[in-house]
Parts: sequence; structure tokens; C-alpha cells
Amino acid sequence: MRLLTHNMLASNVRGVTSGYPLKLEATNWCTKDVDLNADFIRGLLPKIDWRALVAATRALNLPELLPEEQPSEDEIFAEGAVNVEGSAIRRIHHALLEIHVQQGALICPESGRSFPIEKGIPNMMLHEDEV
Amino acid sequence: MWYLCVFYHRLLDYRRPEVESLAELFGGPGAGDAVEWRMPENHHEDSPFHLVRLPGDERFAAQVANRSLLVKGIYELWGHGTTYEELEKSIMEYPDERKLPHLTPESTFKIVVDTFGKVMSSQEQNEIMKSLTYIPFKGRVNLKKPEHKFFVIETDDYGSNNGLPPVMKRTIFFGREVGAADRHLLPMYQLKSRKYIGPTAMDAEMAFLMANQGLARPGKLVYDPFVGTGSILVAAAHFGAMTMGADIDIRVVRDGRGPDCNVWSNFEQVLAIHWLVRVVFLDLLLINYWLLVFNQILDAIICDPPYGVRAGGRKSGGRKILKGVKGPYTVPEAKRDNHIPSTAAYSLAECVHDLLHLAARMLVMGGRLVFFYPVLRGEDGSSNTQFPEHPCFKLICSCEQILSFRYSRVLLTMVKIAPYTEEIKKMAEEQHRDFRENHQKWLDEGNLHSAVFSPAELAPDGNSKFDRDSKPKYRGKYV
Repeated sequence: MRLLTHNMLASNVRGVTSGYPLKLEATNWCTKDVDLNADFIRGLLPKIDWRALVAATRALNLPELLPEEQPSEDEIFAEGAVNVEGSAIRRIHHALLEIHVQQGALICPESGRSFPIEKGIPNMMLHEDEV
Repeated sequence: MWYLCVFYHRLLDYRRPEVESLAELFGGPGAGDAVEWRMPENHHEDSPFHLVRLPGDERFAAQVANRSLLVKGIYELWGHGTTYEELEKSIMEYPDERKLPHLTPESTFKIVVDTFGKVMSSQEQNEIMKSLTYIPFKGRVNLKKPEHKFFVIETDDYGSNNGLPPVMKRTIFFGREVGAADRHLLPMYQLKSRKYIGPTAMDAEMAFLMANQGLARPGKLVYDPFVGTGSILVAAAHFGAMTMGADIDIRVVRDGRGPDCNVWSNFEQVLAIHWLVRVVFLDLLLINYWLLVFNQILDAIICDPPYGVRAGGRKSGGRKILKGVKGPYTVPEAKRDNHIPSTAAYSLAECVHDLLHLAARMLVMGGRLVFFYPVLRGEDGSSNTQFPEHPCFKLICSCEQILSFRYSRVLLTMVKIAPYTEEIKKMAEEQHRDFRENHQKWLDEGNLHSAVFSPAELAPDGNSKFDRDSKPKYRGKYV
């Protein structure tokens, strides 16, 4: 599961009103290179919940990867930033698309229900009595 | 500029929409609508020969043709006629400034004699090539890697033997190839060479056509809510799209058939073919279809919903009624961890309703929803069904593929044209309640399985009502 996907998921256990963002617990994760596409990031960024993304990176013990506050568009999409090691856009790209959580769990912030992540696939299916 | 567009003689309904979608993909919004079509004189719409005007230069036409699956070739038409004399006259009249740049001494070329609905011996082909002396070819012949490929394409006019209604007159076309489909993809991706397939895995050609309809390309996010073995997303990933798939059945997506035989291994195959692209983007989820929270994030939803003929839909919320226990089954605490929840039958109407609402909420404006919808055919072979509608979507094309005498499936391509408002959301919730309360009624109504598989009724004279010979047929079992 990529962090982009984590950013799009919510818990819908019966009775839970928001269920977002899910708390991430990862016991195993890895990274895989993906080609950076600045236009894709530009389209994605306004729809991303920055705080949830930052919380997810912290949960993976990567406190340095993203700042608490979202950098400005000018900074992220500055000329040539794509080619600069460690630039904002590269970090965002890395966080959203290159990190795969292989094993772990997603915890509903309201009910505490734990959704397991196995073999990189989050299992959001509800049991019979939770629907 | 007008080109001659020759199609493969298959999947007739899918041919023009594919070209229009690819024009949109390479030409930007509106380019698909700007594509114009004409038929050559005395050709029926089912003929593989079409004339097309594309909004762009020759490079654009080449892009469209090279990415397509059904375009045998797009040609700059130099001349045509019903006889070789007429052809010569027509080619001579074609302006020299369009011809000469492709006939220079430095260039290399090759002439191909092609036919439709007839066979020609190589001797006859040679004679035709030799008869073209009135064209001043100055370049050198190169059969392996020519710069310019010229095509003489001849068709016959006898009867309805080509599988076409008898309205195609003998025509000879002469043109220069601008681009052609790369069908080498298909053997590489054919299902029989794929490690992990299921009973409803999508055929590779159809999956590529769906990916084209969904405008899959690098930087686009494509989602399949019924991912199964991933056969549709494999095609989208081949074109560089980021893909995301969900399914309700944990055994299909997580376990597959062992460590090297699952959805991931199918994607590794894309990687092997695509050695330049470093990673194929795929994320899988196990999900109750309407769970994603973020609005307007997906560029396309491409899927084949379960419509209950080969596989029925399932949704969350099944109830295991144990002996003597009524009401919802409560999972014992000790078994919760590895419990696979039971699911309930999912009627087609409810499933499509949910799909349209998910799409309305999740797609960006201008994003595309591409999915199959089953249609029962009438006794005369007609199939006029009302397709599903939604206030946020405009249907841009529907392509029928006939599956049996009883039913066909139609590939619907819809574009999101209006934002998802509170009002629409409320409407969706009301409809949803109705589905819950009248679960059985919807299940009975949408029961396609019995309509497709029940034995045919016999007419009073004892013969089957389905007269196999009376229906229009095309050559080739896939058409």
C-alpha cells in the first residue's frame, strides 16, 4: 500500500462518522523507484490531505521527510526542482508513490478497529456485525 | 487533412470510437469531437475502409494509428478508382508537391499489394507493382526498413462473401502509410501466457481497447473497483498509467495461486515487456466499493462489473444464519483476525448505481468511466436497451460486442461533465435505501443468468425460435 492510497482511505464501521485519517502502524515497508511526473504531482497535491500524509511518514519513522506545513506551490514546482536531490517535489513524490507498506495495520481513529495490511494489501472489509 | 483509415475487420463497433478517443488523448480536450468521418463511394459502414479527417498534422495521425489496436493503417490517399485506369488518372491528378517529397532519390521505399476479400498470387502482385511506372519512384527499394511504405489495396465487389452486406464496390486504393497499429502487443499479453488468470479475466485486446477508451497514459491514475486478476489494469499499466485496484474477495487478490502466481506477478510481466519503465504502479485494496474518501482524484475508472452471467456480484453485509440463531452473525473474538466476512448477492442495478456514484464522486472533471454493460438481444437480433444514466455523466460512445444469440455486452464510455453536488448525493442515498429495503426484488428483476441460459422456447411448428441463418453474420468468430 502506497501512502497515496492511505491518504484516500477511511473507515466505515457502522456508527463511525468521519473515520479519517486512519492511523498507520507499519511493521514492514520498502521503497520502489517510480519515475517522477511533475504534472501528476501538481494535479494530485490539492487533493491530498497534507496532515494525514505527514502523520503517515512519521509513523514510518521518517520525521525528516516532510515538513509539518505544506511548502508553497512556488517552492514545490520551482524551475529545475525535479532534478535537485532532496527538493520538496522529490520528497513529496517519494512519500506518496515510492513507499510501500507491506505489513502492518490501519487503525480507525474513532472506533479503534484495526484493518490489517498483508502482502501490501490493506483489508478494509468489515465483518458481518460491523456493516 | 483527410486520410484513408483501413481497419482490421473485427470488433466493428469499436473502431471509430477508438480513433476518436486517441485523438482526444493526443490532441487534448475537444480533439475527439473534431474527428470527421466519411465513407468511400459505395461502401457500407461495416466496410473496413473509412475516410477520416484528424485535427492535426501527419505526426498526430501517426501517433493515433500507432497507439491503436484496430487501425490496420492510416494512409495519405494518392488516388483510387474502380479500375487500374481510373486509379492511374486519379494518382496523376494528385498534386506533385504532395507526391515528390516522398519520391526523392535519397529515400528508400517499398510497395505492398494488399487485398480485402480476395487472394492474389505473388505474380499478380508483381504485375500490379510494375504497372505503377507512371509514378516517378526515384528512391531505392528497401524491404526491411523503408522510409516510405506505399500500399495498393484492392477489394472485390462480389456478393456478400466478405461478411459485408453486398454494398462494397470494387475499389483500388493507392496511398502512403502514415502509421499502423502495433498488434505485436497482443501475443505478448495474451491470456494464455499470463501466470494468473481467473474465469472472467479480460481478453488482452479488449483490455487494451478499454485502456484506450479510458485515455490511459503516464501521469494518469486509473482505478478498477472489480480488479480480480488485474487483467484490465495490466493494459492501462502498459500505457504508463498509475493503476489502483480493489476487490471484495481477499483470496483472489492477496493469495492468488501461490507466491509467484498472483496479481503482482501479472504486473511483473508488464515490467518484463516494458524494460524501460522501471516500476509499474499498482496498488491493491480490499474494499467495499464506495469506501475511498477523496473526491475528484481519479482520471479514469475502467472496469467490467459482475453482471451475473459468468460471475455474480457480491457486496458486504451478508448474514450467516446459523441454526436457530436469527439476526446478524457475530464473529467470536478468537476468530476475528483471519475471518473472511460473508457477502451478499449484488444485483446488477445496484452495482451499476453504486459504480456511477463512486465515479461521479471520485473522477476529475473530464475524467472517463469505461465499463461493460450486458444487453439482452431481441429475437430479430436487435438490442435496444436503456443504458444507465447519471446527471454527472455524458455517454460518448457505446460499442456492442455480440456474445451469443441471447445477449451481448456493450462497452460504455462516459465523461464526467458536471460536479458532484449535495443534491446528487442525497438522491444517491435515497436510491441506496431502496436497494437495501427491496433487496430481493432487485435481485429477481436483474436476473440475467436465467435469461441467457434457459432453454429456448419452441415455436408452434416445433422448430427453435432462433433461426441461426436469418441473423446477419460477419466472418471471423470474434466479430
